[in-house]
Amino acid sequence: MPLLRVTDLRTHFHTRNGVYRAVDGVSFSVERGETLGMVGESGSGKSVTCYSIMGLVPQPPGRIESGSAMFDGVDLLRCSPGEARSVRGKRIAMVFQDPMTSLNPYLRISEQLIEPLLIHESVTRREALRQAHGMLEAVGINDAGHRIHFYPHEFSGGMRQRVMIAMALITRPELLIADEPTTALDVTVQAQILELIRSLQRELGMAVIYVTHDLGVVAGLCDRVQVMYAGRIVEEADADRLFREPLHPYTRALQRSIPSLQAKGRELFTIPGAPPDVSKPLPGCAFAPRCGFAADACTAGVPELAEAAPGHSHACIRARAGEIGPDA
Amino acid sequence: MEENILELRDVRTHFPIHKGFLVRRRTGAVRAVDGVTLSVRQGEVLGLVGESGCGKSTLARTILHLVPITGGAVILHGRDLGRASRAELLACRRDLQMIFQDPYASLNPRMTVHAMIAEPLLAHGICSKKDVQGRVDELMTLVGLAPRFARKYPHEFSGGQRQRIAIARALALRPRIIIADEPVSALDVSIQAQILNLLSQLCRGMNLSLVFIAHDLSVVRHISDRIAVMYLGRIVELGPAEDVIDRPRHPYTRALVSAIPVPDPGVERARKRIVLPGDPPSPINPPQGCAFHPRCPYAVDRCRLEVPLLAPAGPSREAACIRLDELP
Repeated sequence: MPLLRVTDLRTHFHTRNGVYRAVDGVSFSVERGETLGMVGESGSGKSVTCYSIMGLVPQPPGRIESGSAMFDGVDLLRCSPGEARSVRGKRIAMVFQDPMTSLNPYLRISEQLIEPLLIHESVTRREALRQAHGMLEAVGINDAGHRIHFYPHEFSGGMRQRVMIAMALITRPELLIADEPTTALDVTVQAQILELIRSLQRELGMAVIYVTHDLGVVAGLCDRVQVMYAGRIVEEADADRLFREPLHPYTRALQRSIPSLQAKGRELFTIPGAPPDVSKPLPGCAFAPRCGFAADACTAGVPELAEAAPGHSHACIRARAGEIGPDA
Repeated sequence: MEENILELRDVRTHFPIHKGFLVRRRTGAVRAVDGVTLSVRQGEVLGLVGESGCGKSTLARTILHLVPITGGAVILHGRDLGRASRAELLACRRDLQMIFQDPYASLNPRMTVHAMIAEPLLAHGICSKKDVQGRVDELMTLVGLAPRFARKYPHEFSGGQRQRIAIARALALRPRIIIADEPVSALDVSIQAQILNLLSQLCRGMNLSLVFIAHDLSVVRHISDRIAVMYLGRIVELGPAEDVIDRPRHPYTRALVSAIPVPDPGVERARKRIVLPGDPPSPINPPQGCAFHPRCPYAVDRCRLEVPLLAPAGPSREAACIRLDELP
């Protein structure tokens, strides 16, 4: 049984300008100890998917229209607030993109680090502080005994992200959701943080959902990858397989737009147009207007995500019909 | 290609730090740019890379004299901008234009696209009122925007389109050189490629020089002819783009290159990554000797004493490391 199974999740935002279907029928699962990469451009619904699981979607304007998120027998989308609290922050933890704004500037980090322990576990303050100290050392903060009493502004960006990770991991969660944790950081610091997540994951055996728009990060970190576009999953496969033989035209286009993979001096491959407005009805495949392989059938109905090979699914009717060759 | 259009000679930009409320005393300085010597040839794309806080944006602002220069000289076309009168500086700025990082912040939300592109034309008296319309249309077409959008406001455009507006505005005065400060960092991968293609087309088509500032090395490698790597206010390595990225000499460049995630799981697993310890030091109290020595895996005692200067390191390459020939 997977650790987390999300089925047909739909999260819509009801605003004055219409209904934004941010997440529109997403199903996936995460096994224990596995790293799942969630890739997509901004507005593809990857963050909202995570927020829905964590119960962080502001309601209103957001509304979870349908779906379930079964975590170890509990449906996180429907359970009582008490049940949800016993899971969120303890067994599932989250790290956010921007370490500058997700720590409370008025509290010393010691207070913020021990808060989850004091809430979820019956420990004394002294014991909680001892554990917080250990966790800070584990995420590579030197002189943790002294720095635990610092305020967030006394740390650099990379250090703050380490504090965030320490905070998330202090309850030894079974699942860590990391929402673009390195996007705001420099590449050298990103390398440090990725290394840290990798080693802590080995140690604690937790599963990780890693949200990013950077295919490079996914390649180094994830076992399995799912690609999102306009609120839906368009392709899902093992990392090796996805990079070796992507099947969906969007995944291929995304892969081909990365500058490092292209010969220098040549024009970069681009995807024409821009991601669609999810508040407007999209007939058929959402990628069809930008897709080089689009045919009439593509706009006739919404293509379902279906398995093309064991462990490799995609949602493209033309790829399934074998009409898009590997070199096309 | 042979003529130098822009020359920087030992440029220094320090920001004084004041303490005290009633009696303000100068207690130190942030040495944001600390002795940069560099030249840009006509029609050349020079990439400038480095971590946040290394001074690359300050250098850009210093070139345009948007911040006061502390020492050294910026020479545009044989004319020292520091000694130029206000009128001369105004004329020089016609040749020197800038594109900023955040197209959401750099465009005035209350001005239409037409007004924004027309403003420099009218301010510099390049166009008469009746020719403006034609020139604005021409510029919009040049950057790939339909002239019928001229009456729209910035909020009606996507990030990529806004960056096109910023480019059109920079091109309005037919500059000889454009300084682009992280022009694609705020954009999605697929949109990034569109803007990069546009910039390199424009440079080639108009024999325009471009100083391209970014922290993403794969992007810089793609667009640049030469790359300069900055660390704590100084250039540590300079050379042809592919050489610098594919065969880095300076230990800092090596670490930077090894930190770039490669979008290929096989390669990612196989390669060894140099993870730098710690964060970049503060430019208020830069370390003695080589600024990189506290994080450098190859540092010896000598590095703490001597400030390394840029020295030839192979054909048309320079690097600032005293141990260059001793490194493995």
